[in-house]
Amino acid sequence: MKNPYRTQNIAFFFLFLATLLIVVPVGLVVVIIIQKGLPAINWQFLSDVPRQGMRAGGIFPAIVGTVYLVTGAIIFALPIGLLAAIYLSEYSKDSLLTRLIKLAIVNLAGVPSVVYGLFGLAIFVVFFKFGASILSGSLTLGIMIVPVIITTSREALESVPYSFREVSLSLGASKWQTIRHIVLPNAIPGILTGAILGLGRAAGETAPILFTVAAFYLPRLPGSIFDQVMALPYHLYVISTQVPNVDEKIRYGTAFVLLALVLFMNLVAIIIRYKFRKKKKW
Amino acid sequence: MVKLDIKDLNIWFGSVHALRQVSMGIQANEILSVIGPSNSGKTTFLRMLNRLNDLNQNFKMTGAIKLEQEDIKNIDTELLRKRVGMVFALPLPLPLSIFDNVAYGVRMHGMKNKKILVKIVEESLKEAYLWEEVKDRLNESAFKLSGGQQQRLCIARTLAVEPEVILFDEPCSGLDPISTAKVEDAMVKLKRKYTIILVTNNVKQAARVGDRTVFFLSGELIELDKTDKIFTAPQDKRTDGYIRGKFG
Repeated sequence: MKNPYRTQNIAFFFLFLATLLIVVPVGLVVVIIIQKGLPAINWQFLSDVPRQGMRAGGIFPAIVGTVYLVTGAIIFALPIGLLAAIYLSEYSKDSLLTRLIKLAIVNLAGVPSVVYGLFGLAIFVVFFKFGASILSGSLTLGIMIVPVIITTSREALESVPYSFREVSLSLGASKWQTIRHIVLPNAIPGILTGAILGLGRAAGETAPILFTVAAFYLPRLPGSIFDQVMALPYHLYVISTQVPNVDEKIRYGTAFVLLALVLFMNLVAIIIRYKFRKKKKW
Repeated sequence: MVKLDIKDLNIWFGSVHALRQVSMGIQANEILSVIGPSNSGKTTFLRMLNRLNDLNQNFKMTGAIKLEQEDIKNIDTELLRKRVGMVFALPLPLPLSIFDNVAYGVRMHGMKNKKILVKIVEESLKEAYLWEEVKDRLNESAFKLSGGQQQRLCIARTLAVEPEVILFDEPCSGLDPISTAKVEDAMVKLKRKYTIILVTNNVKQAARVGDRTVFFLSGELIELDKTDKIFTAPQDKRTDGYIRGKFG
């Protein structure tokens, strides 16, 4: 005879095991990177340019480059993503066109990042003649994170109770006033969270910047948005595979900085969400 | 004077025929109670008068509603909703302070003068019998008020835009008897200035506050008469059955 308790215990065991298996790799990655990378971190490493063919010195230009690229990406992606999200969640009716748009967004999110890189090369670098530059790289990263921002912004907008909109409209406010004064203020934390998650993703990607902006070795800071820059993920790729005899400490140090940057952004997103939940008034 | 004139009103949501061939006149400065079981079309009828039904994509209507002889389709939606205010079933304060809740509609209609706003807020809160309870904490979140206070806040918010007609959609459904009495009190006093349409599931409430009462069943207007008459000698036996609690 079947024993329901045993069945339950077996099910529980496998479910728990699967859950545990998710934690293990994350933990291992973090532990190994910290263990091997932390000893490399000092002021010189963070503030100096790479020296001796990137085998010594620091990674300052790569940090600055990544910050520039991420900032540029969000400047392009946030307004477009937010406006599109407002349109989709507040204005669009359910029609073939909007279904097509939503499908396109889902697909855009699923495009491999190297394809974005190639697209950026064709459109921004070659066609618009921006060259390999911060501008091209930022635009490419921007396009990559637009779906993330649209999706999270839509969720944030749609989480504002429908009744608030009805109340506002019933008082004679216009649709735009309702969005501007009721919906947006209550959705902003969610939108910010989405933007930061998008930032985190943009900061970590190598493929989209490979052909559009990243410099192999450029031990100075960029002067304009038409300059190339170094960037952390690409730098890591270079010193791990392209340059022989780089000290392991430097490679893991670079990985550590990149990981810390991305985790820090996620942490900020989590804090914003947490504060918002505590403040939530309905 | 006939405030609202409804003629041959039919409403569909998709294939659901929600209101059938409804015709009636609503007098100025009366309280009209609307009763009927769930799904009888009461709320649909109410939300028709300020065109909130228009928000539903599958909404379709025929017939005409006239507000003081003017077809409401020809009135700008925002202006119509300013003239025909609404208080919802649940207390629905906006996530703003008490003051900002009451001032919201007025601000949306372009009023910026702080002094006038303060005056309007005070008068509206007094009219809704809430002023004494909140005058020292106007800057607190509206969510800190009790349910009954929140509902009176919503009434004040509706009054602030100076409507002519106020639609109450089961305004006491979430309130205790004392809060209910306060809201009913406010309604009775408000009819001097406003035309009031009260949708309610509480038959006794309809009897207490309504000048006239209308009974809806399955989207049809069954009977409309003076409240006394509806409750003592209804013409239709379905009305009789409903108010005696035999069905619905």
